[in-house]
Amino acid sequence: MMGPLGSSALLVALALTVFGLCVSVLGARQHRPQLIRAGYAATYTNFGLLLIANLAMVVALVTHDFSISYVAQVGSRSVPLFYTIISLWGALEGSILFWGLVLTGYAAAVVWANRHRPGTLVPYAAATLFGIAAFFLILLVGPANPFHTLSPIPPDGPGPNPLLQNHPLMAVHPPFLYLGYVGMSVPFAFAIGALLSGEHDDEWIRTTRRWTLAAWGFLSFAIVAGMWWSYEVLGWGGYWAWDPVENASFMPWLTATAFIHSVMVEERRGMLRVWNVSLVVATFLLTVLGTFLTRSGILSSVHAFTEGVVGYYFLAFIAVVLVLSLVLVAGRSAELRSRGRLDSALSRESVFLLNNLVLTAFMFTVLLGTIFPLVAEAVRGARVSVGAPFFNQMTLPLATLLLLLVGIGPSLPWRSATPEQAWRQLRLPTIVGIATAIVSVALGVREPMAVIAFSFAAFSLLANLQQFARATASRMRLHQEAAPVAFARVVGGNRRRYGGYTAHIGLITVAVAIAASSTFRYEREATVRRGEGVSLRGFTVVLDRLWGRDEPRRFVIGADLSVQESGRTVGHMTPRLNFYRQSEQPVATPAVRSRPAGDLYVNLMAFERDGSQATLRVLVEPLVGWIWVGGAVVALGALIAIWPGARAPLRAPRPVVPAAEPLREPLDEDADEGIPAEPAAEGAR
Amino acid sequence: MTMPTRSLSRRGAIVLGVVVILATFGYLVSGKIGSNLVYFLTPSELLARGTRAYGQSVRLGGQVTPGSVKWDANNVDLRFTLQDGTSHVDVHSHGAPPQMFRDGMGVVVEGRYDANGVFEAHNLLVKHSNEYRPPQPGERPSEMYKTLIPDSRP
Repeated sequence: MMGPLGSSALLVALALTVFGLCVSVLGARQHRPQLIRAGYAATYTNFGLLLIANLAMVVALVTHDFSISYVAQVGSRSVPLFYTIISLWGALEGSILFWGLVLTGYAAAVVWANRHRPGTLVPYAAATLFGIAAFFLILLVGPANPFHTLSPIPPDGPGPNPLLQNHPLMAVHPPFLYLGYVGMSVPFAFAIGALLSGEHDDEWIRTTRRWTLAAWGFLSFAIVAGMWWSYEVLGWGGYWAWDPVENASFMPWLTATAFIHSVMVEERRGMLRVWNVSLVVATFLLTVLGTFLTRSGILSSVHAFTEGVVGYYFLAFIAVVLVLSLVLVAGRSAELRSRGRLDSALSRESVFLLNNLVLTAFMFTVLLGTIFPLVAEAVRGARVSVGAPFFNQMTLPLATLLLLLVGIGPSLPWRSATPEQAWRQLRLPTIVGIATAIVSVALGVREPMAVIAFSFAAFSLLANLQQFARATASRMRLHQEAAPVAFARVVGGNRRRYGGYTAHIGLITVAVAIAASSTFRYEREATVRRGEGVSLRGFTVVLDRLWGRDEPRRFVIGADLSVQESGRTVGHMTPRLNFYRQSEQPVATPAVRSRPAGDLYVNLMAFERDGSQATLRVLVEPLVGWIWVGGAVVALGALIAIWPGARAPLRAPRPVVPAAEPLREPLDEDADEGIPAEPAAEGAR
Repeated sequence: MTMPTRSLSRRGAIVLGVVVILATFGYLVSGKIGSNLVYFLTPSELLARGTRAYGQSVRLGGQVTPGSVKWDANNVDLRFTLQDGTSHVDVHSHGAPPQMFRDGMGVVVEGRYDANGVFEAHNLLVKHSNEYRPPQPGERPSEMYKTLIPDSRP
């Protein structure tokens, strides 16, 4: 029942997608509103069809309808309902089905929000989204069809990959990753729409600003949730291994981060226009490349799904997108000439340029390290992988530089600043940064990179906090308001800016937590008998008892441990090993005791059958929990920045500030919201 | 209004600067990649490299030679031999073996081959075979470890 329903929904969606693509392009070219509206209607209907297909799959999973190939592949009667539902994205076909739902959802929402906008930008953007949807729907009705009917019908299935049914974070990481990944299709579609329609007058940027930020926020959150999952499930106590698929999620984040900064330079100064289109195209291509790397099984990785023909479809799609985008950008390059120019090296836009350069270099480093094994195998026939030291050594200086720029950027005004103005903003952060370095060394930090990281983080944290504090203080003076009211109105009055600074603070938190937890990580592995303990950094972990439990889908071995601190028992931990039915190797569930100062992390490595002794790996990692907190703060920053304002989004332009007017403090600048780019000095427009 | 020439030459300078920075960076990256490659090798391929194999980062894949496993739980010290049919390599790792580690199974070890002819592993991964093999009677965890189930304890 669900099989034919899902299959036919996908087939109709594919036909409708081709129809929508044609009428949108025709309607835009011939300026025929009926055709354009028909295209819009197809967008909404498509979303409904994908919703039906996804619901059909969820129903099939929940009712254990093993006549459907995907259910037979990932379903099992013994798996709890929760993991049965989330196995929708647990394997290749289901994840592409879910991808289709997210894509058509974005398309319907963005078209609905812009349905009254005149011109041909939106129809062309809708056509681009139809083009992307067509690719995924071809996969879904062809090589990756999840609704194949099986005969004979198997009585039961193996259940999802053990790693994916071992932790509830699997309900968070993949959907947010898809929301982030697929969301990058929206700015891409509008960039292509702008190039096709010739309406490339920054309009597409204002239209997609919030969508891009939302996708970026989802992606940031998903990356950190993935780190957390890896920490909680993989059992080695780390959270990032430069695994190809981790890299795949990180690369579009880097270019998208570059874009949300450089786009402000275009809005304000009319510069970097070709660059911004390129960043948007690159981000989109990197999301497709990431999907290709994950889904094709071409690289060995903890995430790799099985090998198949799907990889070739992705390669072809990447090639088509790359060539089309290059042709379009090249064709419009004369019209996309910069309208402004850099006035001074001491300005916010020049910091943004530097930030873009560093982020791009960062992305290329990760890209080279990730695809090098493919190239080496193709060219020399050698099976190699690029070790983590490469990534660490290459990216650490870049990350450190970014940590510094995060503080400098907000402190400098647009256009140009005198050294005195810059120093007035940077004085306090610099003093605190230097003081932090001295205190770190005095407290015994000997790792130079850690000292630098802490010092830069303190500098940037203060520089960003100072922006909140100064604006709040001046508002309190001007309007005679209490501090909380003034603070709320400052943030509310310019959500985009203060959302950005909030995201900065989250990022700085993540950086400090990574520096501390990787520099001061202590680890010990030991075998203990019952009643004996392992001691590490003031903690003693005592083995009380080993136990086993037979569950329908797995067999669990647990170690009951007492945690002692200076002789007193302060808590209990139970690391476990789970033996899933379909895998020979057990999946560990480490026990984590999280405190603001750091985590105690215990993994059960081995045990005796008679329960007499167990081998434990004990880790102490300072501040590691702040990575997840920082990730949430970054997402909160994105949320603040996209939160709809009370004002109408399009308001009358502000009177233009003459270039000759004396510079103001950056904190006195008015809202960024909805202000058209200032006409450049040359007087374009 | 057209762009003044001054800004064009200035733009040229910026482009040149960016190219120089990227070229330097590319040079650094390619050098670093070369020294951080990890080769996937079998025991025969490793031994065929002779002295060149010493100190190189390698992922070594093979089968655990039956009867070669020596696990010293008190010192968390593991020694075994990895073979591929023709050659075998002694492997040493300071760390616990995975719980299902046993003779004859496929294993990938990450580490370096030292001049004493011992492969010092810092990471040990059990190979997931492509075909699912249901556990034989006596291999099921619930049977192997039933002594740990509280109610069934003798």
